[in-house]
Amino acid sequence: MNINEQQLILAIETSCDETAMAVIKNGREILSNVVASQIESHKRFGGVVPEIASRHHIEQITVVLEETLKQANITMEDVDAIAVTEGPGLVGALLIGVSAAKALAFAHQKPLIGIHHIAGHIYANRLIKEFEFPLLSLVVSGGHTELILMNEHGQFDVIGETRDDAAGEAYDKVAKTLKLPYPGGPQIDRLAQDGEEVFQFTRALINEDTYDFSFSGLKTAVMNTLHNAEQREEEISPEDMAASFQASVVDVLVTKTYRAVKEFGVKQLMVAGGVAANQGLRRALDKKFAEEDVEVLIPPLHLCTDNAAMIGAAASIAYEEGHRAELDLNANPSLRLEKYMKRSVRKS
Amino acid sequence: MKVLAIDTSNQVMSVAIMDNQRLIAEITTNVKRNHSVRLMPAIHQAMEEAKMKPAELDQIVVAHGPGSFTGVRIGVTTAKTMAYSLHIPIIAVSSLEMAAFNGLYFDGKICSFFDARRGRVYAGLYKRENKALTSVKDEENVLFTEWLEDLKNQDEKVLFISNDLETHKEKIKEILGEQAEFPPAFLAVPRASALAQIAQTKSETEIHTLTPNYLRLAEAEAKWLEKNQEQRKNG
Ligand SMILES: [Zn+2]
Repeated sequence: MNINEQQLILAIETSCDETAMAVIKNGREILSNVVASQIESHKRFGGVVPEIASRHHIEQITVVLEETLKQANITMEDVDAIAVTEGPGLVGALLIGVSAAKALAFAHQKPLIGIHHIAGHIYANRLIKEFEFPLLSLVVSGGHTELILMNEHGQFDVIGETRDDAAGEAYDKVAKTLKLPYPGGPQIDRLAQDGEEVFQFTRALINEDTYDFSFSGLKTAVMNTLHNAEQREEEISPEDMAASFQASVVDVLVTKTYRAVKEFGVKQLMVAGGVAANQGLRRALDKKFAEEDVEVLIPPLHLCTDNAAMIGAAASIAYEEGHRAELDLNANPSLRLEKYMKRSVRKS
Repeated sequence: MKVLAIDTSNQVMSVAIMDNQRLIAEITTNVKRNHSVRLMPAIHQAMEEAKMKPAELDQIVVAHGPGSFTGVRIGVTTAKTMAYSLHIPIIAVSSLEMAAFNGLYFDGKICSFFDARRGRVYAGLYKRENKALTSVKDEENVLFTEWLEDLKNQDEKVLFISNDLETHKEKIKEILGEQAEFPPAFLAVPRASALAQIAQTKSETEIHTLTPNYLRLAEAEAKWLEKNQEQRKNG
């Protein structure tokens, strides 16, 4: 293959607190994947502050661009298309990436492609393994808990989603109650390894005929338990509390995922989003599906958390499908996935 | 020398193409609409009118605040990304100086300001010197009454240029009386061609480190600093 037959996509992702760019070759090969994390700055506030995030993005944007092109050893002229996360996410943060992407597309007369952040998380898996349809994706992050069925590239059916808090959000809130440093999710996962499930928390919606999730009741139950113990001046081991909370979340996630895998007869199950890094979840999935005829894919940590390589991977398909954004592309903080790339064709 | 100048720091959006200091195309609107949606199409249109390709540009000039945080960031991100990737220099100019430039030929001081809510403004003060403006008072995010009292003491005519003039006109008259002058309203609209003109007297800005001049901390940051200073004092 000579250079002209390659498809090179420069991808940009700034939906939350990572300024990220990547160059992806032919949809599956990472030539560079640069992430400038702001996490140290947001730690002071115990969570991501949107205005601070936007300020950091604009400080980093051309620095990350330089590094991304340098590591890929290409120039803007070699790029076939510019892809950018258009939503969902923090609007001010998204705007930095969208503005930069449009500037590059215009300055170098390249096609522009807007990408849905969750489509990106799912396509992170294609950087590891080629897709086989139908496939099911469990997307778990600070903002998302969704089961998404795909029958072909670029077509997403959200068969279940959270009715209140996202799983990652529940992790962060419980961690805050346990006075763990931000970000709390990994801390709970770590503590849970050394604890026992001494509290039997409910598994919301677990036996109901829906793929939807609900985590706010669980979060409240954890807080009540801690509060009551405090009033009775009893000590609760944070390890046991973390283990009990995590057991409930993981049980619900794994049970529903298993049912969907069976119902839709999927060939691959892929886990996506920041919570995919969770050890408890990984182990439970491995165990549950060990004997099953479905391939379980979990991307390596650096592709689970927000990055632009995943946006480039999703954009490769969108590019082939002929998707092009205009120069009036805007950030869309509440962009829906179903309307994305291809219209849903799921039979109800 | 072909220059693209961009301002999206407040309600006005202005884009200009200059060739050897001559204005070739300029698009300026003074409506409350989304800069993110309209900026790139406006740049595209101005370049088309000028029959110019992006690769022909020699320099980019951008108004880097103060102003609306989001607005300034859209302009600065667009400008610095274009300048970086086209390998051309960028010059950042104060949004207040850009606004004040419309009063260049006024004999006296020129005060430009943007409303910053709760009685506060972003304000600057300039006077003409050799066909350019020089700043005679540090740009500030300040209580407008304080700023006006200070101008009163300087005892010189002041021309007030602001797209937010109507909100504050009475207060200005009250404090400065005859000392205050007001231009026709159209002169309160900053123009990107002025931005390109001002850039002639400024030096190049380092692209990577170019950020908006917010003149104000993010609220969370301000609170955090306050809390930390208290803690340091107390213990
Ligand atoms: Zn994400």
